[in-house]
Amino acid sequence: MNASDLLKTPLHALHEELGARMVPFAGYAMPVQYPSGILHEHHHCRTAAGLFDVSHMGQLTLRGTGDSAAEALETLVTADLLSLKPGRQRYALLTNDAGGVRDDLMVLRRADHLALVVNAACKDADFEYLKESLPNGVVLTALFDRALLALQGPAAGAVMERLDPKAAEMIFMDGADLSLDGIPAQVTRSGYTGEDGFEISVESRDAEKLARRLLAEQEVAPIGLGARDSLRLEAGLCLYGHDIDTGTSPVEADLVWAIGKRRRREGGFPGADRILRELKDGTQRVRVGLKIQGRQPAREGAEIADNEGRVIGRITSGGFGPTVGAPVAMGYVDRDFAEIGTVVHPVVRGKPLQATVSAFPMVEQRYRRKG
Amino acid sequence: MPIKFTEDHEWISVDGDIGMVGITDYAQEQLGDVVFVELPDVGKKVAKGYDLAVVESVKAASEIYAPVAGEVVEVNEALPDAPETVNSDPRGGGWFVKIKIKDPSDLDALMDEDAYKAFAG
Repeated sequence: MNASDLLKTPLHALHEELGARMVPFAGYAMPVQYPSGILHEHHHCRTAAGLFDVSHMGQLTLRGTGDSAAEALETLVTADLLSLKPGRQRYALLTNDAGGVRDDLMVLRRADHLALVVNAACKDADFEYLKESLPNGVVLTALFDRALLALQGPAAGAVMERLDPKAAEMIFMDGADLSLDGIPAQVTRSGYTGEDGFEISVESRDAEKLARRLLAEQEVAPIGLGARDSLRLEAGLCLYGHDIDTGTSPVEADLVWAIGKRRRREGGFPGADRILRELKDGTQRVRVGLKIQGRQPAREGAEIADNEGRVIGRITSGGFGPTVGAPVAMGYVDRDFAEIGTVVHPVVRGKPLQATVSAFPMVEQRYRRKG
Repeated sequence: MPIKFTEDHEWISVDGDIGMVGITDYAQEQLGDVVFVELPDVGKKVAKGYDLAVVESVKAASEIYAPVAGEVVEVNEALPDAPETVNSDPRGGGWFVKIKIKDPSDLDALMDEDAYKAFAG
């Protein structure tokens, strides 16, 4: 694809003004880093606040009378949506009949509709799939021209409160309409970094004004996709198409928490046969986190061997963890090697490294919970 | 000391029959923050244009190729523990290896500083 064929987010001109290095990602020209570099951006987000442009992600709404939208979407995802209260958000998995994952998404319940955020690379396919799968009476609307910004980090709350004091009332996974210095925004207190933070949905025409307003706060710096990846990796959050895909089940992926308790009893989503069976019996392979000794990163695709050199798994995401201060990775290993503390060996350029199966998140989680 | 450049953005600074090798400022900028460097063993024979070392940034791994054929006679022992030196001082403290040059005519095909500047833009 030529650079000229790439789609541009509403913040494209701002990225270029800020000196971003733009790369193709899911059909969009996106900032991978700004002049300060990925390491600096990563640390900035963990210590202050980072502003991300995630407008490439797909925003959709589902509308129906009563509980009909939630009921209809429940036939396609693992999450319990009927118990989701207005103003609350939940992580969900769109499964296929084989029990694999078509996409992972966030579902926010509003007073009269559901607001979804799906992955950029999946959004067109998701829209078609949802459209053909949902019953008449539930209206699906793609808002793919809407902008989505994320403000993440320990200072994100203080910054947001300056723009709208109502932000202070929000806790992790709340969603509300705020007026950010007069800009109407649908805001959730969630994100993809392991830090406290917000995702902010605005009309595309307001995106640049809001981004500039947030960047004017001294704690806020722009963060590119490079640091977004190292931040989410340390937090243990899956990247669709890498750590989970149509060939991985939610149980293998250690995402059982994304299957509502009622849904575990009742099923009623695609692939439930396999997924409910795996909940009882376990799976042959399991997604785990790895901390690697030394400085050499092991990246996606690297095989993982046991002490005898037998291949027992494969890395699906890996790199240097700036906050951990060491290379970190996630991948799938045979269940005999999935216990925390097990020593395994990612193989990089023919050389086995030393790694320890480690719990996620590898950094302190600082979501703003109740109380 | 004459310094020459490859199209893969390595530099080689020549002193007698010894060439000190590193990567250019342009290369370190493109790589981004370097977090790991893998150096060859001293005594390793290298062929011109073949793998000499590996440098990994936060984003990706990249090969460093030998600008000339020869034998590795010294490596920058300090570099594996301070890989960020590749970013902060690519033409100085961020050097990778010294090679005993087998055939000085290998240098003729490389670019001088002006030609490299024009090449890297």
